[in-house]
Amino acid sequence: MNLFLSDPDFKMDVLREVGNIGAGHAATALSQLLGKPVDMKVPTVSFLPFEDIAERLGGVETVVVAIFLRVEGDAPGNMFFILKREPARRLLQGLPCLEAAGSEDYSELELSALNEIGNILAGSYLSSLADFTGLHMSPTVPAIAVDMAGAILNYGLLQFGTMGDDALLIDTAFLEGPNQMEGHFFLIPDPESFEKLFSALGVPL
Amino acid sequence: MTEDVLIKVGMADLNIAACGAVLRTMGLGSCVGLTLYDPLINLGGMAHIMLPSSEIARDGHLNAAKYADTAIPALLKLMTNHGAAASRLAAKLAGGAQMFALASGGDSMRIGPRNVEAVKLALEKFGIPIAAEDTGGRYGRTVELDTGSGVYSIRSVQYGVKEI
Repeated sequence: MNLFLSDPDFKMDVLREVGNIGAGHAATALSQLLGKPVDMKVPTVSFLPFEDIAERLGGVETVVVAIFLRVEGDAPGNMFFILKREPARRLLQGLPCLEAAGSEDYSELELSALNEIGNILAGSYLSSLADFTGLHMSPTVPAIAVDMAGAILNYGLLQFGTMGDDALLIDTAFLEGPNQMEGHFFLIPDPESFEKLFSALGVPL
Repeated sequence: MTEDVLIKVGMADLNIAACGAVLRTMGLGSCVGLTLYDPLINLGGMAHIMLPSSEIARDGHLNAAKYADTAIPALLKLMTNHGAAASRLAAKLAGGAQMFALASGGDSMRIGPRNVEAVKLALEKFGIPIAAEDTGGRYGRTVELDTGSGVYSIRSVQYGVKEI
């Protein structure tokens, strides 16, 4: 993208900070929900070929639980909260109000609970981002799917599909204590949104 | 000829193989895995199509394999260059799922069905019959075309393996 021709390192840093602030708030929300500490890794920001994005989750065919929201408003984009099956199971077991079954499949109630967790986390991610940038950003009602990572991520990349074969991904991983519960927050802003994000943050284009 | 040769077709990519080699593309969501097969010379082709129409392309250099309307002529040309006859070709397709059911859908949310429609339209334009399809639904698919037999096998998390 032409936008990244001048001073790309600084711009990547700014986006990393965007991920940091958003995911920081989301991690706090998750920690309150679970009643225990949740750590997060330093966000990574990268231009990746479509195929490689799924590699972040262990490969195109890895089965993941994904909660997807479309970000609407001034800087539209796609957002995913993605967990592998094991951590998703542990996350459910950590909820005080839910009797999580040990089976492979998820019950309606479990899927609904995961969906709501995704909703809460994405909401706190986006509202902190909206505060920070002064841009209007609101999430759509979330949708959940349990399927191959490649098939799921296809969806978030369509806006980039018309521009090229790479997408810019802001990825933040979560860890929950010794359990190593690993979840990923993927924010994939639409190509047109970067200009808005940068000008809202006073980054010279 | 060589057995057990596996050729991977990436996202927005196309390729051909012959004589028992297997063409595979993984993790089809709303994308369509289109195959063309010439049974006389056991030549198969596969395209992993991501979007319906190249009219919306904004990238400088067009990746023909990405769009339904450009991938089919490109694959057809590649196959006829390798000895296939357009009159012998039949298509099989899979994918085009709608992975998420969002209440506030817009057109981009219906991309799977739109991809399938666009692929069918392009096949009709070139007079290629559709031998079989496994499209739609709400799940991802990994697909393999066996160029020895023309069998198209489709694997999904929920439903296991299905051959068409």
